[in-house]
Amino acid sequence: MQFTLAELMVCAASRIFDDEGEVLVTGIGLLPRLAASLAMRSSNPDLLMTDSQSYVLSQPNAVSGLKSHEGQANENWMGFARIFDNVWSGRRHALVGPSQIDRFGQSNISALGGTHQAPKVQLLGVRGFPGNSISHANSFFVPSHSRRVFVEGECDVVCSVGYNNGRLPRGYSFSDIDVRTVVTNLCVLDFNGPNKQMRVVTLHPGVGLDEVQDNTGFELAVANDIGETTMPSDEQLDLLSQLDPLNARARQLKNNPAGIRQTEETQS
Amino acid sequence: MDKLVSASAAVSVIEDGMTIGIGGWGPRRKPMALIRELLRSPVKDLTVIAYGGADVGLLCAAGKVRKVIYAFVSLDFMPLEPAFRKARESGAIEVMEIDEGMLLLGLRAGAWGCPFIPTRIGLGTDVLKNAPDLTLVDSPYDEKEWVAMPALTPDVALVHATRADARGVCEIASPDHYMDDLFVRAAKHTIVAVDEVVPSQHFHDPEIARRVFWERNCTQAVVHAPGGAHPSSSDPLYGFDVEHFKRYGELLNEGGYSAWADAFLGDSEVSYQSAVGGLEAIQSLPLPVY
Repeated sequence: MQFTLAELMVCAASRIFDDEGEVLVTGIGLLPRLAASLAMRSSNPDLLMTDSQSYVLSQPNAVSGLKSHEGQANENWMGFARIFDNVWSGRRHALVGPSQIDRFGQSNISALGGTHQAPKVQLLGVRGFPGNSISHANSFFVPSHSRRVFVEGECDVVCSVGYNNGRLPRGYSFSDIDVRTVVTNLCVLDFNGPNKQMRVVTLHPGVGLDEVQDNTGFELAVANDIGETTMPSDEQLDLLSQLDPLNARARQLKNNPAGIRQTEETQS
Repeated sequence: MDKLVSASAAVSVIEDGMTIGIGGWGPRRKPMALIRELLRSPVKDLTVIAYGGADVGLLCAAGKVRKVIYAFVSLDFMPLEPAFRKARESGAIEVMEIDEGMLLLGLRAGAWGCPFIPTRIGLGTDVLKNAPDLTLVDSPYDEKEWVAMPALTPDVALVHATRADARGVCEIASPDHYMDDLFVRAAKHTIVAVDEVVPSQHFHDPEIARRVFWERNCTQAVVHAPGGAHPSSSDPLYGFDVEHFKRYGELLNEGGYSAWADAFLGDSEVSYQSAVGGLEAIQSLPLPVY
């Protein structure tokens, strides 16, 4: 079956949750939420997910075409204040899309450039990133792998902790920090290089290692057994069309590229 | 005791330099009728604590704010709040940008009368660098360092609830009461705007009594403000006004605060509501689906 790059990324990201057991999974943004929903519907039905409002669901809601929250598979009420009780227990894994990531796995959604008093671009603010990152596992979803996102130095505003000795709080070690996986439009990365260096694990079909390194502002490690990102199965694609009946996933990446990169020859 | 007052009488307790805590979350259940009354008043130099949306944006744009204590200011479907963004990028306001959970802990400390609550949150991040008031402390029980999140104690809390009686028993029928109870408990004085005023017997139903998240002795003033959360939502009565927020963004981006105020603010809630299409239109805004 044909598949798109967005679907390849969603299926790759859903694999993050295969062996996570009973954690609260939070995918921020349509594709991350779809990835978490896919995992909950296939590899890991033990996951917990909210309706993005105030209830934990035993079956994920569709990410498109939902007319109302009535009739959804509620499991328990969990307002925003109560989410923190769960977050701080560590039983959560978030998949989020930061504006910047640095070589330590630190990330930024707060602001770009300028000074703290007057940033060049005000983004969201730190939101829940500091608390998430010191409490539970976090993974990143990057629709556009570039040096603008994978920055050369540290992030302009370090919102989440990473594997950075220079910032490690007293009494903490790298084993207290869990930055897990990064899924981009080019590849899948983890932090299992030497000294928790960011490492390329799989390349998407048709993508070369040079392209990944060229679009990254710092040196990446490469897995010994580097392979190709697993392609979506027919079963996964079928579930995606159930979870996203209006195909909103086709509008998330610019020009909705194919999952297997078209060479110039095949395009003409 | 009858706590029903007009919006202008209610917000007249707010003086220059005070700290106000605002309930709601982003574009959801914000006490906008009270905010609009503040915009019409001469008050200035406010410190604002909020899970911010257009409340924070408008107060900043109107030049009423000295400092904002926040984790985000966002309209969710419009991720970047246009007026807040402009205020930040021009360096016009002082800020304390902290984690969403730290804000909760600060309010809880304020509500409990503790000077601070120790937390891991913020460690290793620029939150500590950018908020020099935040202090690290030692624990008597372990060797780690802890962030001492200081108590946040608003002079006045402003919240929007679904219903209240005249004595200040407040019902929030929405799916989430957010941190409104903590804002109310941390503040010295609380003003609650409500869509509907009901007789006290309304609360005899135990299911409704469960939707009361603080006691009436925490509420000092009740303002009857039907549609008063607009353009934010007051679920289950009405959703947020996507079209209005788009117009709001255009006006603030292109003409600044005065463009928005000239088009909509008016001299009273009645004139505001007629400028945005009337109360009936507000009350028929569909509920958001996430």
